[in-house]
Amino acid sequence: MALSTKHLLGIKDLTKEDIQLILSTASQFKEVLQRPVKKVPTLRDVTIVNLFYENSTRTRISFELAEKRLSADVVNFTVSNSSAAKGETLLDTVNNILSMKVDMVVMRHSASGAPHYLAKHIDAAIINAGDGINEHPTQALLDAFSMQEKLGQLAGLKVAIIGDIMHSRVALSNIYLLKKMGAEVMVSGPPTLIPTYLQEAMDIKVEYNIDKALAWCDVANVLRIQLERQNQPLFSSLREYNMAYGITKQRLDKLSKDIVIMHPGPINRGVEIDSDVADSAHSIILDQVENGVAVRMSCLYLLTGRTNPA
Amino acid sequence: MTLISEQQLPSIIKRLAHQILETYPGLTNAVIIGLQPRGIYLSDRIVAALHQELPADQVVYGKLDITFYRDDIRRELHLATQTDLPFSIEGKTVILIDDVLFTGRTIRAALDALLAFGRPSKVTLCVLVDRKPSRELPIQPDFTGKEMIDASPYKVKVRWKENDGVDDVILLVD
Repeated sequence: MALSTKHLLGIKDLTKEDIQLILSTASQFKEVLQRPVKKVPTLRDVTIVNLFYENSTRTRISFELAEKRLSADVVNFTVSNSSAAKGETLLDTVNNILSMKVDMVVMRHSASGAPHYLAKHIDAAIINAGDGINEHPTQALLDAFSMQEKLGQLAGLKVAIIGDIMHSRVALSNIYLLKKMGAEVMVSGPPTLIPTYLQEAMDIKVEYNIDKALAWCDVANVLRIQLERQNQPLFSSLREYNMAYGITKQRLDKLSKDIVIMHPGPINRGVEIDSDVADSAHSIILDQVENGVAVRMSCLYLLTGRTNPA
Repeated sequence: MTLISEQQLPSIIKRLAHQILETYPGLTNAVIIGLQPRGIYLSDRIVAALHQELPADQVVYGKLDITFYRDDIRRELHLATQTDLPFSIEGKTVILIDDVLFTGRTIRAALDALLAFGRPSKVTLCVLVDRKPSRELPIQPDFTGKEMIDASPYKVKVRWKENDGVDDVILLVD
């Protein structure tokens, strides 16, 4: 059994079996990461380039650690100190890198569809580490892994994705994944940050009242307000956003049950989530980060096996 | 063709358990590690036989998956199974258990994997079937259920009740 795809461009392209395979392999890698020696020789002689056309801390470090724990050779590329700044096209950059015998490309790009474009033109396996406002598949996979670890199974789980849905690739990847695994999904936030077609297109619930959304869900996945992607004012002020939609202790205390709090980071403390919630016992935000390495090791391992058939 | 029959298998397992005890009386400072996925059926049986002779807390038993230490990822994708080693192997005698010793590559990977958990003082190997003429690496078992003298073109299939409905070892034409 292997993955049905050569690349990991988005959750949209994965089958339910692919997702299960990635998650179960990730739990074996999580065990590897508890060992006294955390490095395995699995991807010896596999060369991976990390192409980051957009800023990233967590994802880049997480991928790099995953690659190094698997003994792959790693090359890092950030756009600010590269030839892209001199006007080289994406395809030229990648073809130049590949001519130096690279097996896999991990790419983050601000243009939605950039990795899909690349996949049509090159042979190496591509992992999408976030493309514009489209998808961020490894984030959704590590979110799913963390939910499964905390709550047992995804099927039947009620997950509310809260905040800036419009500009969030994390939201879209999570919606695809959760629907495929049989969870119920609700999005919540200001109407200006929720695309109008989403409810119909993805068959999910939309709730503009944050308190009702929290009362409904088992898990609240709180998203960052992405000011850098907003060209026009979509809400009046950060303070007002916090008052109307922020996840505060006061809001959670009103609920008759405990819910699990997630956030893909980076957190805007005091805007979409308050510190006492983010740091509370119900928050699994740091578990998400820890699990990210194991989940990415799983993706890298399964794709390497997939692209080198017997 | 049958290599080990259902009648022979229990006595072989009992013999292996006794040979292990004879060499390591009371299993002092020794741990048993079965290799995933197929070796654990044998190690489960041997551990059950050891429990007949020793108090349960003297038998330290874990399971090791060696998938991530294989040398053939570019040829074939293997799926990993659970590793469960809830004890330290530092300074211990490790008794590795697998069903069939063939080329020796799995044991090579297992030795590599073991070192990620610490530095055992000694590692020994117990197998049900030793396909000696097919060895590709300088690795030999210390406890052997049955040794095959001739190079065989057949596949050795160990079948276990839990998994295959019957306990025996047969030769299969590929």
